[in-house]
Amino acid sequence: MDLNQLQLPAITPNMVIIGLLGMIAVVTAIGVVAFNNPIRSMLSLVANFFTLAFIYFSMGADMMGITQIVVYTGAIMVLFLFVIMLLNLSTDSLVATKKFDIKPLLALPVGLGVFALILSQILMPFKDVVKTSAPDATATAVGWGSPQAIGRTLFTGYVWPFEVISLLLMVGIVGAILLARRRVEV
Amino acid sequence: MNDVPLLVYLGIGLFMFVTGAVGVVVRRNPVVVFMCIELMLNAVNLTFLAFARYAPSPLVADKQPTWMAGQMAVIFVMAVAAAEVAVGLGIIMAIFRLKNKVDLDELSSMRG
Repeated sequence: MDLNQLQLPAITPNMVIIGLLGMIAVVTAIGVVAFNNPIRSMLSLVANFFTLAFIYFSMGADMMGITQIVVYTGAIMVLFLFVIMLLNLSTDSLVATKKFDIKPLLALPVGLGVFALILSQILMPFKDVVKTSAPDATATAVGWGSPQAIGRTLFTGYVWPFEVISLLLMVGIVGAILLARRRVEV
Repeated sequence: MNDVPLLVYLGIGLFMFVTGAVGVVVRRNPVVVFMCIELMLNAVNLTFLAFARYAPSPLVADKQPTWMAGQMAVIFVMAVAAAEVAVGLGIIMAIFRLKNKVDLDELSSMRG
């Protein structure tokens, strides 16, 4: 592929916004892996999820962005925080320091290689796709990501998957209680 | 935002996914490994939403347009992730109570 054929998209306000959000998402994603302290990793992940919610808002997927903030940063990350504090994992004493570990040295080139491979071989065919097909919200119509549209779809075409998911969540709750319960002598 | 190419969203999602995958391999703290799995799931969610927004839209199952199908997938991924985190953190607590350590490289008693 000739690199000269790749023309960069024009600098518009939308491109600037998505560029800033994308940069924050990338930096905080690296932070999750790179920080030694689990608390810092977790705060980095919270920042990442918030940024992702704003990316969803910028795409017009309002309901998904709100769900992202409520479910991920509100519920799941608090669960992580509870476990980190219960285990007292913030001190590194639980994870032994090794003299030499080959994995981090290998991980960076392998990760970059996989990134370049997928980007060039799988994602590059989509490089000309600019036009959206989903309807945005206007004064008269609801957008594709509005709560009305999602609720209608979820309770008509997807009602059986919805019921199965509720069953899965209930099993998850019972399983979590069973696993985290202190064993009593019988 | 109508003039942003699809590739921007896909690139962000791909980077987050690769970072999460590298983190799962590299880190030895199981809680951080779980965070990296969450990172990968969110990268997939972003890709789902991007494709849902940009794909041409024939009607799929039960006459729903494609852009709704993508969001339904995201909802179900979030629900499964919530259940997975609850059970997984319970398992980590149980292992910690049993062995008093959580280093993933040290927990090799199931090595076959």
